[in-house]
Amino acid sequence: MEKVIMGNHAVSYGVQLARAQVIAAYPITPQTQIVEILSEFCADGRLDAKFIKVESEHSVMAAVVGASMAGARAFTATSSHGLALMHEVLHWAAGGRLPIVMANVNRAMGPGWNVWTEQTDSLAQRDTGWMQFYCETNQEALDTVIQAFKIAEAVLLPVMIVLDAFVLSHTMEPVDIPDQAVVDGFLPLYEPEFKLDPGDPHAFYGLVTPDHYMELRYKMHQAMRDAVQATQRIGAQFGDVFGRPYDVVEKYRIEDADIVLVTSGSITSTARVVVDAWRANGHKVGLLKMRLFRPFPFEAVREALAGTRKVAVIDRNISQGHGGIFAAEVKSALYGASQQPVLFPFIIGLGGRDVTPESIHSILNHTQSHDMPAEESIWMEVKK
Amino acid sequence: MSYDVPDQELMTPGHVACPGCGAPMAVRYALKALGEDTVLIVVASCWSIIAGPFPYSAVKVPLLHSLFATGGSVASGVKAGLEARGLTDTTVMTLAGDGGTFDIGIQALSAAVERNEDFIYVCYDNEAYMNTGIQRSSATPWGAWTTTTPVAHPKSQPKKDMVAIMAAHRIPYTATATVAYPEDLMRKVKKAKDIRGSKFLHVLSPCPSGWKSEPGQTVYLSRLAVETCVFPLYEVEHGEEYRITVWPRQKEPAEKYLRLQGRFAHLEPQEIRRIQDNVDREWDKLVVKARASGQMIPQ
Repeated sequence: MEKVIMGNHAVSYGVQLARAQVIAAYPITPQTQIVEILSEFCADGRLDAKFIKVESEHSVMAAVVGASMAGARAFTATSSHGLALMHEVLHWAAGGRLPIVMANVNRAMGPGWNVWTEQTDSLAQRDTGWMQFYCETNQEALDTVIQAFKIAEAVLLPVMIVLDAFVLSHTMEPVDIPDQAVVDGFLPLYEPEFKLDPGDPHAFYGLVTPDHYMELRYKMHQAMRDAVQATQRIGAQFGDVFGRPYDVVEKYRIEDADIVLVTSGSITSTARVVVDAWRANGHKVGLLKMRLFRPFPFEAVREALAGTRKVAVIDRNISQGHGGIFAAEVKSALYGASQQPVLFPFIIGLGGRDVTPESIHSILNHTQSHDMPAEESIWMEVKK
Repeated sequence: MSYDVPDQELMTPGHVACPGCGAPMAVRYALKALGEDTVLIVVASCWSIIAGPFPYSAVKVPLLHSLFATGGSVASGVKAGLEARGLTDTTVMTLAGDGGTFDIGIQALSAAVERNEDFIYVCYDNEAYMNTGIQRSSATPWGAWTTTTPVAHPKSQPKKDMVAIMAAHRIPYTATATVAYPEDLMRKVKKAKDIRGSKFLHVLSPCPSGWKSEPGQTVYLSRLAVETCVFPLYEVEHGEEYRITVWPRQKEPAEKYLRLQGRFAHLEPQEIRRIQDNVDREWDKLVVKARASGQMIPQ
């Protein structure tokens, strides 16, 4: 069934179809609509789940940790400061190897208060052990929720699904909402091997001495590496069932490209239009969309960018004192590659400033006209 | 009052509490009253250590160690998750210290009991951050020494009245207990188990290391806390019906309790008098509430 819905509701429908059993949430703009409609689904029986209305995001994450530990499929959604408040518990969820799924609507961190889109909130949580997917469209948001539960439960890691504030969260797009029966076939009910069970009592997450701690983290790291293949396998399966295959990255017109734009989130759609325009003018320009950020898909990135002369990474985020986070990570993936492209790291659109086709044209013009980036980070459209 | 103490031991020997610690006694009694169909949540506290390091456990029920501030929130999720699996009768019990309850966890606790989540919250109160080495909490009594309230500046605020705060949420059941009265403690835990909704138990748990008391005097101190009315044993139903469950045989002077603890050794007679005045006033107020709730007051 096709419906015209906003990105937030695309997530909600995905959660309904995934048959989440426990949802905990706290309101924060621009995420609130995700859980508002889920609260309706729970109240009128369209979703057989318990909805816990807690008093803070710290408690949100603790509640879904408890629910997941008890053996239930658990979901929540947040944004920005809410995500930051969860930080401690994000580590507990991931270190606890709990397959929780959370949507995070990218919103800039204060001060000053800003509700518009920026990726620094989610990227600042990159070392917590959560998988991270960045979505380009409302359809991808819905599809990724369904895949996320399957991937999370396969590798026992929590998954964060990230979408841009307003540009995606509040923008209406036609979305195909799959049939419940087909989703049930793709994503069976959650049957956890490890859970709180009075019939088989075990202790979880107690004191771990240096004798064991490192091994637990090593296994987690292995699970993260396995998650790349799991994402590819399950994304392909999803394509077989629903006709929309997914991979860890998406390559767009990069075969013979001299310049490849690296994008994530909704900027990708804008960049596609500009790539088409440059191609129409005979320029060999392509695009690499980063869908999976954690685990970082090193091989896919290396393979996609091999042979390219120049790479322009567009970051709507900033690691103060370093630069754009995607740029840093792409650079680290390219280190030691046989044919290293020159990398141009662009910072743009912070705090929700519009990134238009003209912005992307400027980025391509800059990349084309320079042999090397003039600065460690190239700040675009900034009033200096 | 009598109570048949179940023989079943759901706490094992070999836990790693300090000698004379009240906390393992409290949990041993509580688990006897609850039985096997229980999930225990332990937030950061001495009990994070007492339960034993990975891969050991000192309890024979499922045990979830959790973060300091999550006593109310993680229990809400565990209960919801168990219900989603059809385990609707399993009791969820959170165990937290006074720091985890009175201080860092009070927000999540208040929210959980306001939602009337179906769980038992047990605060074992040793009146300071003992696991980190005796720092004051808002449960530390007036005049007490801790490492952050040195003798030159002992705690100058009264102990937070956590039972009143919980009662103000009008939850089905709130009670105090202490380890010298196991029948009273177990009866209250059993009562809490049979009530749906939020239950809060405030258990005074002597700490020889932090109180600077003799390990062999833990039960005696616990008894003196009740007999002096420093820590009366009572219960509150729905925030308004008060009932004193153990009456002191003869009200002992507070000084008798204070003088057995090095943390009060610096107190001058007038300071002890001030504590006594406060104990008398609070006890009188409690008796008035119990009488107003219809309880017969022994002469």
